[in-house]
Amino acid sequence: MTTSQTDIESLDAPDVGPSTNLLAQVKRIWQGDSGLIPILIGLAALVIFFEVRTSVFLQPENITNLFVQSTIFILLGMAEIWLLLLGDIDLSLGYATGLGGAVAVILVSNNYRWPWYLALPLALIVTIASSSLSAFIVIRFRLPSFIVTLAMFLGLEGVMLYIINAQGTGGSVSVQNNILYDLVNGNLTPLATWIFVIVAAVLTSFLMLRADQARRKSGLGGRPMWITITKIALLGISSLLLILVFNANRSTFSHVVGMPFAIPIDLFVLAVSTFILAKTKAGRYLYAIGGNTEAARRAGINVNRYRRMAFMLSGLTAGIAGLLYVSRLVGISTGIEGGTYVLYAVAAAVIGGASLYGGRGKMIHAVLGGLIIGTIDNGMSLINLNAATQLIATAIVLLAAVIVDSLARRGSTTTR
Amino acid sequence: MSSAPELPNVSTPHTGPSIAGNSGAEDFDPDHLLSMRDIAKNFGAVQALRHVDIDIPAGQVTALIGDNGAGKSTLIKTISGIWAPSAGQIFWKGKEVHIHTPHAATDLGIATVYQDLALCDNLDIVQNMYLGMEITRFGILDEIQMELTTLKVLSDLSVSTVSSVRQLVGSLSGGQRQAVAVARAVMRDSELVILDEPTAALGVSQTRQVLALIRTLAGRGIAVLVISHNLSEVFSVADRIAVMRLGTLVSQGPVVNYDTSSAVELITTGESDRVPSTFSSAQ
Repeated sequence: MTTSQTDIESLDAPDVGPSTNLLAQVKRIWQGDSGLIPILIGLAALVIFFEVRTSVFLQPENITNLFVQSTIFILLGMAEIWLLLLGDIDLSLGYATGLGGAVAVILVSNNYRWPWYLALPLALIVTIASSSLSAFIVIRFRLPSFIVTLAMFLGLEGVMLYIINAQGTGGSVSVQNNILYDLVNGNLTPLATWIFVIVAAVLTSFLMLRADQARRKSGLGGRPMWITITKIALLGISSLLLILVFNANRSTFSHVVGMPFAIPIDLFVLAVSTFILAKTKAGRYLYAIGGNTEAARRAGINVNRYRRMAFMLSGLTAGIAGLLYVSRLVGISTGIEGGTYVLYAVAAAVIGGASLYGGRGKMIHAVLGGLIIGTIDNGMSLINLNAATQLIATAIVLLAAVIVDSLARRGSTTTR
Repeated sequence: MSSAPELPNVSTPHTGPSIAGNSGAEDFDPDHLLSMRDIAKNFGAVQALRHVDIDIPAGQVTALIGDNGAGKSTLIKTISGIWAPSAGQIFWKGKEVHIHTPHAATDLGIATVYQDLALCDNLDIVQNMYLGMEITRFGILDEIQMELTTLKVLSDLSVSTVSSVRQLVGSLSGGQRQAVAVARAVMRDSELVILDEPTAALGVSQTRQVLALIRTLAGRGIAVLVISHNLSEVFSVADRIAVMRLGTLVSQGPVVNYDTSSAVELITTGESDRVPSTFSSAQ
C-alpha cells in the first residue's frame, strides 16, 4: 500500500498538514473552514466607505444603533441557518417573528395584563409551534419546505393581522410593559458592561487555548500557536473598543451609556446555537443530513427527528427575534414587512457564508451577514440615499458575497 | 432505534458451540462465518434468487461474480438486511439468524459498502468514520479521541495516502473515499465486509490501492465479500469465487479451481467442464 502511494495522489488533496509554505498557509486561512476572513474584509470595507462619506458613521451613538438595528437580521439569520444546514428553508419566519411579537405585546397590554414571565415564554411557544407545524407537514407529506412555508407565510400573516385587529386599537398595539420595553431599550450599567465583555472575552480565550492544548497533549499537533494568539489579541482589542463605544454617552440631552441588553441576548443565542452545532451529536447530524441525507440515514440517524428539531430551534430563535423586534419598535403594527425580513434573513446567512444547498454554515455567519446588511441599511440612511438605492446596494453585496464565496471554495472540493 | 429483539448482540466474538444442531446445517463447516442455505427471494412472480447455498469463510476474500441481473445485488441486500429472504436459512457462526433490518446486520458485524459509499462530502474523515456512533464526554463530542482512533484504524489498514484526517471527504480522490468507507466498516468491528464493485469508478493506481486494502482486511481475519465485474481483478484479489447466474449460485470454490475462461463459461452458460464438479453446486 505504501509503495503504491503516488505523487499524484498526494497532490490531489489540499495540503493541510504542517506547512512552512507561507503562501499555502495564507491561502488556507483565507479559505478557512468557516471562510470568515473575506466577510470580515468586506465588512471593514463597508465601514471605511461609510465613515469616509459621512464622518459620523463611527460615532459611538451610531455604532450602538447599528448593533441594535442589526439584531433582527442577525437573529432571523441564525433562525434560518438551522434550516439552511439541512438544505431546507423557512419562508414564514418573518411572520412567525411578527406573530410571536404580537402575542407578547398583546398579552402584556392593558387588554390582558399578563405578567411578562408568562407572556414572553408563551410567545416563544407560539413560534415553536408554528415551526413544528411546518415540520410536521413537510415530513408527513414529504413536501418541499419551500412550498409548505410559503403557505405558512400567508397563513401566519393572516393570523397575526387577525389578532392585532381584534384588539380594536387601530391596527397597532404598543408595548405596555417595562421588561418587554427594556429588552432592547434597556442598557447594562457601564461597570456591568466592562464585567460582561471581559468575562466573555476571557472565557472565549480560555476555551480556545484549552482546546489547542488538549490537541497538543494528545500528540495530534494543532494549528500554529500564532493563529490562536492573533485571534485572542484581536478579540481583546475588539472587546476593548466595544466597551469604549458602548460606555460613551450617546445622547445630547441626557446621559445614555452602557451596552444595550439586545447584545448579550444575541451573544447568548449565538453561543448556545454554536455549541449545539459544533459540540453535540445533534449538531453533527444536522450537517450530515444536509450533506448526504441517505448516508445519514444509513448511519442510523433518525433523519426526521433531527429535521423536526431544526425547525423547532429555528422557530425558537425567530420568536426571540420577534420579542426584540417589538421591543425596539415599542409595539407591533399590521404593517410589519415579514416578507422582506425573511428574505433579509436568508441573505444575512448567505452573505455570511452559509450554503443554500445544505451542509455548510455556522451561526457566526448569520451574525456577520446580519451586521453587513445592518451596516448598509444604516450607512445608506446616513448619506441620505433612498430606499431604492439601498435595495440595489444590498442586492449587489448579496451577489458579490455568493460569487466571492463560490470562487474561494472552488478547488477546496473536487467535483464528482 | 428499532432493533430486532430476537437477535443476539454478537459484537464480541461468539465462542460457544458452533453447530446449532439444525437439520438444515448438516453440511455446515465451522470455519464458515456466514452460510446461507436454500435461499430464495421473490418479488411478486419474479424469482430473483432460487436455492442459493453460499459459504463465506473468515479471513478470506470471496468474489461474487455474474452477469447483470444474475442476482448478486439481491443476494448482498439479503445478507445486509435490506429485506428478508422469502425462504431459506442464514447461519452466522453456526447459529441460525434472521437478518430482517440493516440494523440487525450491523449488530451481527456485517458491514456493506455500497457503490455510492454513503459518505458526507461536507464532513471530514473523522466525522464520517464516526457518523452515527460518535464518542461523547458529558454530551460533548470527544474530537481528540475520535481523531486518534481514526488515525490508528487508517494506519492499521495501511491507508497512507491521506495527508490529514481533518480534510473534507469531498476533497478526497475516489480511492481514498473507498478507503474511508471501508475503514468505517472496520472500525465498527465488522467481521464481514461486503463491497459492491469497489473499483468500478477508479483509475489504475487507485484500484491497486483498494485491492491492497481488501487483502489487508482479509489478513486481519475479516471475511470479505466483493462484487466485481473485472475478472482480472477477481483473480488477483480473491481466495474464493462464487458465480451466480439467473438467480442461482452455479459454482463456488477456491480460486485455484477456476481460470478466466472457465469463469466466463460459468457466468454465461452456468456450466464449465473444467471446474471440478465437487465445487459446483448448480441446481
